[in-house]
Amino acid sequence: MAGFLPDMSRLDGPVARVVPPTGHTAWLTGFTAGTMAFLAVFALALSFAAGRLADRWSDALANTATIRVSAPSDQIERQAGAVLDVLSTTPGIESARALTDDEQRSLLAPWFGADLPVESLPIPRLIEIVTSDEGFDATGLRLRLSAEAPGAVLDDHGRWRAPLVIAAGRLRLLGILSITLIGATMAAMITLSANAALASNAQVIRVLRLVGAQDNYIARAFVRRFTLRAAVGALIGMAFGMVAVSLLPSPETEGGFLTGLGFQGVEWLFPLALPIVAALVAFAATRMAAFGKLRELT
Amino acid sequence: MIAFEKVAYGYGGTQILSDITLQLQAGSFHFLTGPSGAGKTTFLRLCYGELLATTGTVNLFDQDVRALARDDLARTRRRMGIVHQDCQFLDHLPLAANIMLPLTVSGRGSETGDLADLMTWVGLSHLTDALPPQLSGGERQRAAVARAVIMSPDVILADEPTGNLDWEMSQRLLTLLLELNKMGKTILVATHDLNLIRTAKAQVPARVLRIKDQRVQLAGADL
Repeated sequence: MAGFLPDMSRLDGPVARVVPPTGHTAWLTGFTAGTMAFLAVFALALSFAAGRLADRWSDALANTATIRVSAPSDQIERQAGAVLDVLSTTPGIESARALTDDEQRSLLAPWFGADLPVESLPIPRLIEIVTSDEGFDATGLRLRLSAEAPGAVLDDHGRWRAPLVIAAGRLRLLGILSITLIGATMAAMITLSANAALASNAQVIRVLRLVGAQDNYIARAFVRRFTLRAAVGALIGMAFGMVAVSLLPSPETEGGFLTGLGFQGVEWLFPLALPIVAALVAFAATRMAAFGKLRELT
Repeated sequence: MIAFEKVAYGYGGTQILSDITLQLQAGSFHFLTGPSGAGKTTFLRLCYGELLATTGTVNLFDQDVRALARDDLARTRRRMGIVHQDCQFLDHLPLAANIMLPLTVSGRGSETGDLADLMTWVGLSHLTDALPPQLSGGERQRAAVARAVIMSPDVILADEPTGNLDWEMSQRLLTLLLELNKMGKTILVATHDLNLIRTAKAQVPARVLRIKDQRVQLAGADL
């Protein structure tokens, strides 16, 4: 397992060299950082994918509404016309039009097939509405429709869009929470490793104190070593994670959300920050552990 | 340099040292004797602040050890060369790096000028790259002495520095300590070696402290 990381003892500066280079804590730190970075890449991908999904769902249904006119066949065209008249005088409605038979047929095709005889079936007439950014008074419109076209039902897409957007938002939140937890877990693991390293090097610390080393010098030796290993471990984990994400099915192919899991465009740059974040987490965790332990060892 | 004022030290309910009041003046040479387990090592550890007195005050360079911040204590130790009885080293570093350690931790790692002479003087020039576990007891002791004096400290505290050395090397070590004392360094050596004490007293006005019944007494001229 120690072979997971390259030999980094040569990278240690003169200060870090006062700490023995061997020991399971050193590679454990790198391994932990690598694993966490690998997982963080997926959490990032999940977060971005959820964000894109939320945007797509939101954009797709934003500023639109539909009116469904259900009426006996001899009244349906009259009521549809009345609805269009009402809409033309409703503030906040930019445009409205009744879908053609062909458009309605294509909407129903996935369920009933392409040869559905729309003309001979009592299918409601659908009216597509495009609203302005300010929106419209849905309650007022419903009241007017009930008077002018009793068979018209307004669907402002809210009951479809809201839960989808909320779900996508929560997925994104889940991704961010995962990254936070991964970071916290990494900090905890590195703190444990640093504490173990400090405890197992009590003799080294005693010798250093004997010759006049200050706490900052001793802490620096451990901090540099753990920071370096965490950064290199995270770099390797990140590389593996990015390769794995790039091998996921393309978002263009059919399959919905799961195939959209990945990075697009500048999103590929975000995982590159993981080694830096890992190094910062390791720096802070080791420094805190080192000074705490040095106080204990007095 | 080092002053004890009514110092007592106990550990785990056992009193080891009591009511010690003394001063080690700058440029003085003292030996510390006493039976095994009398508290010689404890006394030395009090001298460099590794242990804190249970009661009383220990002053190093006119500063109360108890009042020193940790970093200040570290800086104070740079003015002291300490030779431990167990001669601990950083086992993964070559001998030369170990001897250089006091300079390294004080940011003077590039001042290697005296290292070669010092290693030659203690007879370890052929072991520059050896690791401490490869050294014999005597070699470790000589290396510990070299590490203690490389910073040219104001005070040298040595705990049984000749315990593993042959007669010739003991004499060389004593000569080094005497020379350092003549340069104004304060020396305190804990030892059982009466010959060493007699040889030193013949050359410098060394004084002998004896630990007896938890107290440190100035020994008579019979040594």
